[in-house]
Amino acid sequence: MRITELFDNGEFVVTAEVGPPKGIHLGHLVEEAKEHLSGITAVNVTDNQSSVMRTSTLATCAMMKQAGLTPIYQATCRDRNRLALQSDLLGAAALGIENILCLTGDHTKMGDHPGAKPVFDLDSVSLLYTASQLEKGYDLAGNELVGEPPKFAKGAVVSPISDSVDAQLAKMERKVMAGADYFQTQAVFESEKFIEFMERAKQFGKPVQLGVIIPKNAGMCKFMNRNVAGVHVPQYMIDELAADKERAKAGITGVEIAARIIKECRPYCQGLHIMALGWEAKVPELMKLAGL
Amino acid sequence: MLITELKANEVIRAAISGKVFVLNCHGCREIRFPEHEADAFQAELTAEGIVTGIFTTEYICNDENLSVILQPHAAAIQAADTILVFSCGVGVQTVAAMYPGKRVVAACDTYALPGFQGVTPLEHDCKQCGECYLNLTGGICPITACSKSLVNGQCGGAKNGMCEVDPSMECGWERIQKKLTALGRLDVLTKAPVQLRNYATDDLVNK
Ligand code: SF4
Ligand code: SF4
Repeated sequence: MRITELFDNGEFVVTAEVGPPKGIHLGHLVEEAKEHLSGITAVNVTDNQSSVMRTSTLATCAMMKQAGLTPIYQATCRDRNRLALQSDLLGAAALGIENILCLTGDHTKMGDHPGAKPVFDLDSVSLLYTASQLEKGYDLAGNELVGEPPKFAKGAVVSPISDSVDAQLAKMERKVMAGADYFQTQAVFESEKFIEFMERAKQFGKPVQLGVIIPKNAGMCKFMNRNVAGVHVPQYMIDELAADKERAKAGITGVEIAARIIKECRPYCQGLHIMALGWEAKVPELMKLAGL
Repeated sequence: MLITELKANEVIRAAISGKVFVLNCHGCREIRFPEHEADAFQAELTAEGIVTGIFTTEYICNDENLSVILQPHAAAIQAADTILVFSCGVGVQTVAAMYPGKRVVAACDTYALPGFQGVTPLEHDCKQCGECYLNLTGGICPITACSKSLVNGQCGGAKNGMCEVDPSMECGWERIQKKLTALGRLDVLTKAPVQLRNYATDDLVNK
């Protein structure tokens, strides 16, 4: 199932993301996803997230699919050139994995192999374009594919709270031009800013899923404010988490905050993307509290 | 060495607008310049009556020197809407930085050849990518000003306008965004077709 069909039906599409481990035992990840994420539409599988080497995204997606979940195959341009990316996109489609998310990817210097060669032969825009070409039955060099071409739901990301929001919107416009069907956003903590962003982004006519992180504690928020691009947690939220450490630790405060943001933003967007960061078990509770 | 080749005439024509001041850099010894094609094209533009002046010099990458030798041409530059620069990528970037409010257009693509790399001042850098993008980016080189050498816009990693890879460096695409916005020409970027790098530039040079 392509999630674009659900957007087309006007459904509020909920996704979450998981990261493969650095190792070959994926059973635990798949079991956890089955247990906690079965109630949502699809599960993103990250691609060497933060430039830290992990097990193959495609292999993990295949196992997720076998287990009855709908995976979204995230592909970054950091580690593969245009040949490798095209063959992996075709491989995904051959396995019945038709939901993809095209990203540029963090630089190799940000991760655990800083000496690795950063590829960036393509970027998020040209990768979306590549997927669009494959759908038309051609590879990037214009050679014809054999047999029926693949069909994807082509996702992209955008950072609505970025301090470079104008540059982000310009890039979003190019992603739409290159064939993006839907967008997932970086984590949002300030609903007003997201709503302002959506006022500007709605001109592109593509469904946007609000990105949400369940904040774990004040320290995590301060860390994100210092280090994570496009994320800003306002001070009053940090205070809220700091006020009752036990409640925060149990996840109660974080889930309340996330549910509040979802409720405030829901009228302005077409779906939700949850970055649980290890708190997958809290997703069902969050959904309930947010009224989803 | 570097080699500069003229962009296709249609490509240059699409990038210029209004009256044009032409600046040629016959450059350093390490560069090969397409003098005859450049002359022929400039003669065409002159015949059309849109040229306010043509000035041929060398080492335009040296901005202090350049600002002095351009003084006699101030009126012709003032009268022009576009400064059309025939030089390597560093030269075009130097002129673009010197005239932030003008449309500065690169007429050439710059390729690398084995050997000395000519005079490269500290401020601007050209990796001789073979397909000069400066006309899309307001004269700021995306290959050297962006840590990932992205050619389709900003990545999601900029924080406070600084690059994710090097927080002491302003994000190149943030600079490009600001420059294009200031020039009122953001659509040059947003409406441009999807850009794909061509790494087979050796073939192009030998064509
Ligand atoms: S885009 Fe940059 S690297 Fe490429 S030719 Fe122009 S100045 Fe040089
Ligand atoms: S933050 Fe800016 S300069 Fe750095 S890699 Fe991303 S787009 Fe390029």
